[in-house]
Amino acid sequence: MLTVENTVAWIDQFADQIEAKQSYLSELDTPIGDADHGGNMVRGLVAVKAALNPAPADLTKVFQATAMALISKVGGASGPLYGTAFLEMAKQSKTDTDLETLLAAALAGIEKRGGATTGDKTLIDVWAPVVSAVQAGKLTQAVVDDAVASTEPMVAKKGRASYLGERSVGHLDPGAVSSGYLFTALLATEGIL
Amino acid sequence: MSLGIVIVSHVPEIALGVQRLVEQVAKDVSVTIAGGTDEQQVGTSMAKIMKAFDQNTADEILAFYDLGSAKMNLEMAIEMSEKTVHLYDTALIESAYTAASLLQAAVPLTDVEAQLAPLKIK
Repeated sequence: MLTVENTVAWIDQFADQIEAKQSYLSELDTPIGDADHGGNMVRGLVAVKAALNPAPADLTKVFQATAMALISKVGGASGPLYGTAFLEMAKQSKTDTDLETLLAAALAGIEKRGGATTGDKTLIDVWAPVVSAVQAGKLTQAVVDDAVASTEPMVAKKGRASYLGERSVGHLDPGAVSSGYLFTALLATEGIL
Repeated sequence: MSLGIVIVSHVPEIALGVQRLVEQVAKDVSVTIAGGTDEQQVGTSMAKIMKAFDQNTADEILAFYDLGSAKMNLEMAIEMSEKTVHLYDTALIESAYTAASLLQAAVPLTDVEAQLAPLKIK
């Protein structure tokens, strides 16, 4: 079950991982994108951390504050995509605090916003298997790592990398990698799973 | 009912340039822009798009954009705006120019859309 405390702890851990991996994320984004994923995500998550300190009064406000900071600060495609994910969790959290229900709502929001589907070499290739694993009660670090790695041989069909067509093969998708950190942080946060 | 144009680009100068181009043929059409992020970096900003909607003096807006993430921010801004906004997946410069020329000539929206249809590229 998600609470204000463990959700803020989860998002803070995510922010720390993104900050630690900023240059790696931009490096991944260099051959198949515009080399800004690390900087964009850090800018967003610095704003998120500020918005969550002090912690908002309830879970819905935690997700709303996170979403608004990401939407207004990230700049690239990741802003609307992650922002929509957290907005959908905010909406769902008014009636539900189950992680699996919230993550499923977030995934549906990402799919609608970006118009991508599984296999397009986007963050959905991490979100979809992770949501399934959470629903089955079987989320492990290996599930997350395998999902991130699965994007390497894919041909990008959405996002900036899609302009490269076949040349996008052989590179991890930066959004998939940053989503991997979100779920790694989830696994590392006590009391959620 | 009046129709206006909003241009959304990842780069402030591109948005300004397209505005300058289309205003040549549409001096009576309200053309407002949202270029770059809030920090004037490459990217798009939902807040800037909302502002371009608000500043547009028309009742109804035709919106044109350059790359994918601009569309996502546009869609979020549309969901939050009270104005009616029509979003086109067309080539930015050609379609904004086409729409501006036709709106200046008071061509109705359905006919403008018929001219925009072959310019759909995304």
